[in-house]
Amino acid sequence: MISVNGVTKYYGNFCAVNNISFTIRKGEITGLLGPNGAGKTTTLRMLTCYLRPSAGKITLGDYLVDENPLEVKRMIGYLPESAPLYADMLVYDYLVYVGKIHAIQGDARIREIAAVCGITEIMHKNISELSKGYRQRVGLAHAMIHDPDILILDEPTSGLDPNQIIEIRTLIKEIGKKKTVILSTHILSEVEATCDRVIIIDRGTLVADSRMADITSGHNKKARLMVRVKGADYDALSSALKALPGAGSVTRADDPDGLTAAVVASETTDDLRPAAYAAVKDRGWTLYELSREHETLEHVFRRLTKGGLQ
Amino acid sequence: MKFRETLNEAKIIARKEILSYLTTPIGYIVITVFLIVTGWFFFSTFFLYGQAELRGFFELLPLVLAFVVPAITMRLFAEEKHSGAYETLMTLPISMEGVILGKILAGTGFVLVMCAPTLLYAVSAAMVGSLDIGPIMGGYLGTALLALAFSAIGVFASSITKNQIVAFMIGLAMCLFISLIDKFLFFVPSSIVGLFEYLGADYHFGNISRGIIDSRDILYFLSLAVLAFIGTSKMLEDRS
Repeated sequence: MISVNGVTKYYGNFCAVNNISFTIRKGEITGLLGPNGAGKTTTLRMLTCYLRPSAGKITLGDYLVDENPLEVKRMIGYLPESAPLYADMLVYDYLVYVGKIHAIQGDARIREIAAVCGITEIMHKNISELSKGYRQRVGLAHAMIHDPDILILDEPTSGLDPNQIIEIRTLIKEIGKKKTVILSTHILSEVEATCDRVIIIDRGTLVADSRMADITSGHNKKARLMVRVKGADYDALSSALKALPGAGSVTRADDPDGLTAAVVASETTDDLRPAAYAAVKDRGWTLYELSREHETLEHVFRRLTKGGLQ
Repeated sequence: MKFRETLNEAKIIARKEILSYLTTPIGYIVITVFLIVTGWFFFSTFFLYGQAELRGFFELLPLVLAFVVPAITMRLFAEEKHSGAYETLMTLPISMEGVILGKILAGTGFVLVMCAPTLLYAVSAAMVGSLDIGPIMGGYLGTALLALAFSAIGVFASSITKNQIVAFMIGLAMCLFISLIDKFLFFVPSSIVGLFEYLGADYHFGNISRGIIDSRDILYFLSLAVLAFIGTSKMLEDRS
């Protein structure tokens, strides 16, 4: 559905996006992740024909972005960051105006989309009077009014309260069943909760592109084990743990409760927990905690986007 | 076919811009100032000379519009660029030509609405003597052409910057330049006086408002508008 091929974008001498390639299939919700200034918004702006890439090719559906911008724009619904809308217009007037550009006649579709986005009761308010959450919803209505095949959202939940965030996420998931959605964010839990797929960009380069399920389980094979016991000093615990088959380095972990704690890095994909439990039991220590740390998206993100700084 | 589509798009944009002139105070302020200024100039000489004509009003109009039109058009692109709404507009399926034409027509339409009450001057003049209708009709045709050309220039100025004040200043400078250029003929070598005279808006507006409708004068205003239109699309085309 979306294919980005070797796309580079320079602002003067500054390279904002450097040779990025990825493809997104129909019916996927893709999260575009990255630290501030990584090039997320620039990438989305190139997808939506707002910026022209310095090099590379972008195809949406059957159309090349450079050659058929109007067809591409008809196919997408785009919500720019912080939903910049005309402040002096009424919500209703604004939706009528956008509808007309999309050649939508009549009120029915406007009422429908207003109901979907939960803005029916503010239709006769001035856009400048709206709270950030409502403005964001009007922006979503603006993006979805023509029922686009591809929905591109730049930080759709920024500035919303927790209830609104959940509502918007539910909405995005609902849309994602039939449409292709690509959203940028730096809220990792949002991606974990909504996306099928994640693309991570760091300083203009693509550092990860995989399915959500793979990213956590794939890096999980060498999980770390947290062991917390009473009745042993750190050296005893450490040597006991090192003796486990498949155990790697052992490091001391903080423990404020007078317990002794250690983190074991695993060298294998096997679960070390049964062996660790047996070792603790044999020595007569009291086991307070034995847990396997799942590598979350947060770990992956921090590892991939911090690495370059060193 | 393409042209009809563009015209249709322009209608949507123009409608939206006119609506926003009517819902914000700036439109009413500009109309008020315009009517006070032209009203004062018109009636101050009207009773003095006691002649049933609007020549004084039309003579001054290019200069007044050179101030007023950039004030109306300054927000058309600059405000959007400032607020970021420009990005939402540019990612909607609408052609650049349609957008620019719509904004120019909105400016022109607003100027015509603003000038409509000045028809009362003509009515006042008609009450004191027999009014020659030719120059009046010519004057208003000239006003419409002038409004179109100045609006196009104002839209161009607005497309250059995201600061409305800067857009106003640039538009004002350009409109003043073409309104006043024929006042400086004195400094120009006599061989090119004709050229400079031709470049001035006053000269062409003067012809039309005397009731002489010459295709050259009409062409002059239309080519100004087309030039400004092309300039605007060149300014906005750059998507780097």
